[in-house]
Amino acid sequence: MLLIRCPHCGDRPEVEFRHGGEAHLARPPEPAALSDAEWAAYLHQRRNPRGPHAERWRHIHGCGRFFNAVRDTLTDRFLATYPTGAARPDGTQQGDPA
Amino acid sequence: MHENSVIRHAGITLRALPGMARFALRCAPADAPRASQALGLDLPLAALTASAGAGRAALWLGPDEWLILAEDGAAETLPPAMEDAFAATPFSLVEVSGRQLAYGLSGPGAEEVLAEGCPLDLSDAAFGPGTCTRTLFGKVEMVLWRPGPEPAWHIEVWRSFAPHLHAHLREALLDL
Repeated sequence: MLLIRCPHCGDRPEVEFRHGGEAHLARPPEPAALSDAEWAAYLHQRRNPRGPHAERWRHIHGCGRFFNAVRDTLTDRFLATYPTGAARPDGTQQGDPA
Repeated sequence: MHENSVIRHAGITLRALPGMARFALRCAPADAPRASQALGLDLPLAALTASAGAGRAALWLGPDEWLILAEDGAAETLPPAMEDAFAATPFSLVEVSGRQLAYGLSGPGAEEVLAEGCPLDLSDAAFGPGTCTRTLFGKVEMVLWRPGPEPAWHIEVWRSFAPHLHAHLREALLDL
C-alpha cells in the first residue's frame, strides 16, 4: 500500500487520505472585477500536468487536516508533503502540461 | 446484542466497554494549559499520544483536536470547569458521549486481530504504549488507543458503525 507522509502524523497508508485538487489556487480578491472568462478560468481551468503536480490532500481518517503535496502524476510518487500555507519546496518544479 | 457480549478466543478477549462521558475538544495548542487545569491531566501536545489518569484520558486526534474520555457524570461537571478555565479564550467542547461506543480488545496477539482491517503498523516499535490515532478498520473509521504496555487496545467507534465493526472484529478473532 502507498504510504503518504502527513506533516502531522508521519507515514500513513493511502486509504486514510482524500485528494483535494490542485494546490496554491488563490481566490481573486475582487471577483466582481473579473471578466466572465477570467472567472471561469479561476473556477474550472487546472494545470493537469504530466509530472510533478502540487495538490491539496486531507488526512481525513487521521488528524483530519489539509496539507499540500507534490506528486508526480506519471509515477504516482510523492516528492514532498508540506503544511498548508508553506511555499512549494525547491526542486519540485511543475511538470509539463499533459 | 453485540453491545453486551464478551467473546473469548485464542487467549484474546473482545468486549464492549461500559458507558463513559466523551467530549470533542478543539482549542489552540497554546491554550492547552487551560484545558489541562480543567481536566486534571496534561493535554497531550505531541502527535499521536494520549495521557490518562484519575479515570480520565485525553487523546490527541489533531494539532488542535482532542477526544476526552471521562467518568460517567462528567457531562455535568466538565463543561463548567472548562468555561471557568478558558474564560474569554475561544474553545469548543462538544459532548459526544452518545455518539460513540467503545470496545476493548486484549490478550497476547490482539494486534493480529486488528491487522485484519487496520493498515497501520501496530508493532511495539511503531505503536508503543500511550499511542492513539484516528484510523480505519476496513471501511469504518475508529479511534485506536493503546493505553499501556500490555497487549490491550481501546477502540472508539461511532455508534451506527458499531455493529458492523464488531461483526468484523468478531470474525477476525474467530478466524485466528
